[in-house]
Order: sequence, then structure tokens, then C-alpha cells
Amino acid sequence: MSFVFYLIAALTVAGGLAAILFKNTVHCALAVTVAFAGQALMFLALDAQFAGFAQILVYVGAVAILIVFAILLTRNSETPKDGVYSKNWFVGLVIAAGVFAVLGWAVLGSVRVLPGPGGAPTATPAVTVLDIGNALMGRYVLPLEIVALLLTAALIGAVIVAMHEKERAK
Amino acid sequence: MNPLAGYLLVAALLFSIGLAGALTRRNAILVLIGIELMLNAANLNLIAFWRYGPHPEALTGMMFAIFSIAVAAAEAAVGLGLVISIHRHAKTTDLDAMNRMKG
Repeated sequence: MSFVFYLIAALTVAGGLAAILFKNTVHCALAVTVAFAGQALMFLALDAQFAGFAQILVYVGAVAILIVFAILLTRNSETPKDGVYSKNWFVGLVIAAGVFAVLGWAVLGSVRVLPGPGGAPTATPAVTVLDIGNALMGRYVLPLEIVALLLTAALIGAVIVAMHEKERAK
Repeated sequence: MNPLAGYLLVAALLFSIGLAGALTRRNAILVLIGIELMLNAANLNLIAFWRYGPHPEALTGMMFAIFSIAVAAAEAAVGLGLVISIHRHAKTTDLDAMNRMKG
């Protein structure tokens, strides 16, 4: 494990923690953008350049903007007076801690069978964007079409759901 | 430490942070942010297993992660559209205040 990994991991986790701990909603949106960017750096560190830049384009570029727009459209930028956490926040915290304990126990318990520097290959996979394009147009063309259909449906659905209903307002 | 285990632990931590955010915050937008963090943690797992798996040239994990990013983007768009619609209807995004299904 290199110094770079610890740096990126600390940045990502700090962004995620700040996103759920900050009181101001706009600050939360900025913090989650930092977490998304840290995740993209992690993809780049894992030699997944295409996924890393897709992450930057989709999350840092689009989802963060969508979140900021939603915050401003719902006038949530000011901090509410009666606290930002729900009534039964303690139960949620216990559930999340329990999930982390189980996941961490599973990962740490299986360290010796995971591929790593010991025996299994860790050489940089020779994968270019050309290979990804060929795979998308060959073996994965059906999922690609389904995702295209899903994105079209989501676009139309989001517009219809958020559209102003003028007839009912009269 | 094993590099794959390190990435898996970071992903588990991010998932738990997202779950805690989704379960404890009042604001619907913050709950969506928590769900996005959980989806991101799953993507990190997929890419880490692709990178350290025996056949990275098969591109399976990479494709899974790319499609997952696309689906998560669609989910975010529809979810935030729903939040805006609910805010217009109920004049709030406080989830504790939205405790009835009647319109």
C-alpha cells in the first residue's frame, strides 16, 4: 500500500463524512463532490482510466450539479432550526456501524485468499479504450442498448415528474 | 497490507457512511446523497476486483462499473425530480414530516 493510496482514501472518506455531518445542505453537496472526485482518483490509481474519467464526467460534472440545483429549487440552503438528524438517528447509526463491522470482518477474514502482491498477477492490465469500445459494441451491446433505453426513460420520467402541473393549480 | 483488502475496506467504510447518512438525515436530498455514496462504494469494489482479479482483459468488472455509473446517474435524475415534485406538493423535504401516503 502506497502513500498515494492512503492520501486518496483519506480524502474520499473525509469528503463522505463531511457530506453527512455538515449542517448546511450546500456544504454537504460540495463535500460529496469531493468524495466523488476522490473516488475518481481511486479509479485512476486502479488503472481504470475510462471508469475514472466517466466518474468525473458523470458524478463531479452532472450529479453534483443536479444536487445543487435540487437544493436551490427546494430552498434548502438555510439550516433548519430543529436539527438535521431524524428522530431515530441512533438506530440508523447502530445499523450502519453493524454493517461496517460485518463487512470489515469479512474482508479482514479473507485477506489471505485475496489476490495480491504475494502470488497472483498485479501487473497493469493492458486494456485500452479501443478494447472497451470493442467490448461495448460486441459482447455487451445488449446491455448498452438497455442502458440507452433506461437513460431515455429516466430523462422523460424526470421531466414529467418535476413538471409544473398548471391545470390542477387553477 | 494487501492492496485489494485496502480498497475493499475503504469501500466498506464509504458504504457505511452512505448508509448512516441515508438512515439518519431528515432532508430527502441528503438521503439521496447517502444513496449515491453507497452506489459509489459498490463501484469501487467492482473496479478493485477487476484490477486484482485473474482476468482483467475480460473487462467484466469494468463493464459492470460503467453500466452501474449510468444507472446511478438515471437514478439521481429521477430521485431529485421526485424531491422537487414532493417539495412543490408538501412544501417541505423533511422526511419526518412526510408520514402519510395520502396526497
